Amino acid sequence: MAVIKITEQNFETEVLKSEVPVLVDFWAEWCGPCQMQGPIVDEVSEEVPGVKFGKLNVDENMRLAQQYRVASIPTLLVFKDGKIAASAIGLQSKEGLKKLLGV
Amino acid sequence: MSEYDVIIVGNGPAGLSAALYTSRANLSTLVIGKDQGALAKADRIENYFGMAEPVSGCELVENTKCQVKSLGAELVTDEIFQISWNRGFLLTGRERNYQAKAVLLATGASRKKADIKGLAELEGRGVSYCAVCDAFFYRGRKVAVLGNEDYAVHELNQLLPVAGQAVLLTNGLELHAEVPEGVPVIEKKIASVDGEDMVEGVTFTDGSAEKLDGLFVALGSAGSADLARKVGALTDGRNIQTDETMATNVPGLYAAGDCTGGLLQISTAVGEGAKAAMSIIKFVRQQKKG
Repeated sequence: MAVIKITEQNFETEVLKSEVPVLVDFWAEWCGPCQMQGPIVDEVSEEVPGVKFGKLNVDENMRLAQQYRVASIPTLLVFKDGKIAASAIGLQSKEGLKKLLGV
Repeated sequence: MSEYDVIIVGNGPAGLSAALYTSRANLSTLVIGKDQGALAKADRIENYFGMAEPVSGCELVENTKCQVKSLGAELVTDEIFQISWNRGFLLTGRERNYQAKAVLLATGASRKKADIKGLAELEGRGVSYCAVCDAFFYRGRKVAVLGNEDYAVHELNQLLPVAGQAVLLTNGLELHAEVPEGVPVIEKKIASVDGEDMVEGVTFTDGSAEKLDGLFVALGSAGSADLARKVGALTDGRNIQTDETMATNVPGLYAAGDCTGGLLQISTAVGEGAKAAMSIIKFVRQQKKG
């Protein structure tokens, strides 16, 4: 599934009200590890069905980063039924992401 | 700034072994070393191949340095604080900055660790190991850096333009660095890092406390795993993850020797250095073609 851009405008519809679990990658352009996390998220999104994948730029969406207490990036949150079901801080491998998603 | 084909961070057996191969393959090679590392403490090495008599760690390293130099590699003494990547590597050192197409991390295993109550539990919740990555989240807030050497001051300098207030905590260690003007230094030993969900402060062993929003750990010097994490390489805690060619997940970044875990022997470090060099030679040649 294609990775979508999550913003403050679409967060509620795409993430909180999503019918399938959503993995959100909190990232920023200036963050070295985030540059490596991006392609790993892309790869996993091609392999894991039934999950939505999104990337949220913390520079452009500071309010959401604060709301979810993101203090270090990359932070990866998995939302199920509008709630955080799993989280990981710091760069995750492909296997790490799959584990986070329970697959 | 001239760009090297490869920069090797660390001048122990893994780094020097790699330099032998990369310089023989005509790659412009720079080896950056901070000190002699773990081997300086080894008086008699009796389990290394080809030695009729025991040899000291220093002798072994000094001999190899001569060998590496005679093959055309450059050796410098410097301490690297940070590595960043953008279609090439930029290394920030104490003395100067460097550029390279490929980097080999071979600074050995980090032997310094802070064992403070609450530190591990609050990692990512106010405890950070990377100022350049996480300073952004502490705009206008109060942060502390934990450390007593130049690396801690480097991290402080990353935070000062952003944070509202910054202090240096040495955790009972003597200060061995010049701290920027106006930054308070607290040399007391820390009993605990406090906070329910996020860092709220630290308590010292004398019972006094300091309120904080963030704590950046920068003890000793930046080890291979610290440098690797900053550039986005996968680590499993203290060891850098590599594939069988010693490549990390970051294109052009390799690791060899004790920083990858395993046996922690000279023989394995030398072997991994050679393996990494082969991969680096292939990578750099491809870069030059493309």
